[in-house]
Amino acid sequence: MSLDKETVRKIAFLARIDVPDDQLDPLASELSGILDWIEQLREVDTSEVQPMTSVAEMTLPWRDDAVTDGGYPERVTANAPDSQDGFYLVPKVVE
Amino acid sequence: MTKLTDLTIAEARKGLDRGDFTAVELADAHLAAMEAHAGLNAYITPTPERARERAAASDARIAKGEAGAMEGIPIAMKDLFCTDGTRTTAGSNILGNFVPPYESTVSENLWKAGAVMLGKANLDEFAMGSSNLTSAFGSVVNPWTRTDAPERKLVPGGSSGGSAAAVAARLALGATGTDTGGSIRQPASFCGITGLKPTYGRCSRWGIVAFASSLDQAGPMARSVEDVAIMLGAMAGHDPKDSTSAPVAVPDFTAAIEQGVKGLTVGIPKEYKPEEGLSPEIEAIWTRGMEMLKDAGAKTVEISLPHTKYALAAYYIVAPAEASSNLARYDGVRYGLRVVEDGDGLNDMYCKTRAAGFGAEVKRRILIGTYALSAGYYDAYYLKAQKVRSLIAKDFKDAFDNGVDVILTPTTPSAAFALDEEVTDPVTMYLNDVFTVPTSLAGLPGLSVPVALTEQGLPQGLQLIGRPFDEETVLRAGRALEKAAAFTAKPRLLEG
Repeated sequence: MSLDKETVRKIAFLARIDVPDDQLDPLASELSGILDWIEQLREVDTSEVQPMTSVAEMTLPWRDDAVTDGGYPERVTANAPDSQDGFYLVPKVVE
Repeated sequence: MTKLTDLTIAEARKGLDRGDFTAVELADAHLAAMEAHAGLNAYITPTPERARERAAASDARIAKGEAGAMEGIPIAMKDLFCTDGTRTTAGSNILGNFVPPYESTVSENLWKAGAVMLGKANLDEFAMGSSNLTSAFGSVVNPWTRTDAPERKLVPGGSSGGSAAAVAARLALGATGTDTGGSIRQPASFCGITGLKPTYGRCSRWGIVAFASSLDQAGPMARSVEDVAIMLGAMAGHDPKDSTSAPVAVPDFTAAIEQGVKGLTVGIPKEYKPEEGLSPEIEAIWTRGMEMLKDAGAKTVEISLPHTKYALAAYYIVAPAEASSNLARYDGVRYGLRVVEDGDGLNDMYCKTRAAGFGAEVKRRILIGTYALSAGYYDAYYLKAQKVRSLIAKDFKDAFDNGVDVILTPTTPSAAFALDEEVTDPVTMYLNDVFTVPTSLAGLPGLSVPVALTEQGLPQGLQLIGRPFDEETVLRAGRALEKAAAFTAKPRLLEG
């Protein structure tokens, strides 16, 4: 599976990572190399196999739908690059 | 008298209880060693004040007869565990000066048992790597060197490379690690120490910076099987804050280790002897390991794990896919780095922050994972990989159902390589984890025990793999191997 420059540009935007134009081609060939190597999985017949959905054979526990923590916005926002009155500040979203 | 930094955890516990030395003296001896060997770059953030404070508190508890299982034991905490009030970096620039306002469950458990934190140990960025070369805080240097090229610096392995180097260089009596595809076992092998990846679900993942949630597991790294058993007992336990944490009792792991291997059946998987790849030297060490277990009374049988060769490829879909989702949280909004210029919108901020904050390997894996999960490719990659993963888990289950108690393999296909050995092809680097990844995909416990030195004088470990939640048998077999191997070699750094 070989990725072209435009596909890499698209994935990079989906992942929200700026990739400069001059790095798209080298990255495409690197990622294609990894994907080519992964192609070997096609050799395995998995037509009758269920995908693994749980590593340990256990049922996920239920818990009460109740608030058990919180009430300290200043601690929650203490690491924010920009915040005010317990809210996170971000650049303008709506024009 | 043995130097304080040369003690095992078990010996140090006895010495503290007898009053031969204090926890403060023990901490100071390690803090001095950390300064003397700062060049190894094993710690990102040393925490000497906190160490002395906690050590003094341990001395007070010992005096009152209230010592916990890890009371007064100085350890390194991999910088992937969130520590309340102490910067936690995950080896990445994107976390900036993140200071968690909470404590991870595993570290909390260790503090409750009396352990003393010396500092936060270096690691590959977001635990993605097998060399420690991807840390944003510089590479860790392996305290071991080759006899034929003693000046050449070697990697400690990864991702728990700082933890492994710290324990091997006597800069901590033990350390925490995390293992997603081999990140405890491979550096333990490269640094000549003992490291255990417990069964998935044995230790809580709460408060550990997430890489691949269905694979990540915390575990102990130390200089003996007994020490690993002591630490695991303190780290493990059910935690309601992690829904995948298993509600199973924590046995006294130390009680199991001296039971010997008489009557145990040890599986030797033939697929771990690939026709190309495994060096004759590593194969010889593996054969010696089989002999040691046989001499101790175990029976070895050849087994087949037919899907082994596909494990690495499946892993490099599953792990990056989960990582791309987990690492979406680093967006410059709630914590860590933010890169934004005048007039930028929200998307510009996301894209610039993530471009500046993540290193090359992390970006590569996020992009692979994003692609594998993107519309039209999910079935071909992620679903396919999870199906192959089911087959790999079934291979192990069949072997254990057929009467195998524990499986013996090499931990790594080679000993530590040089820092300046350029590995330009990512896939070549990934091959380091060829023997450890299958265990991770199946969620099984895996222990690496140092067994021998290679011709170049470097440590090489063997791996023991057990049934789910049967760390006891793994540790028992590990102890038998440890006794027979009598591995007492030390890094040259510590001589003279």
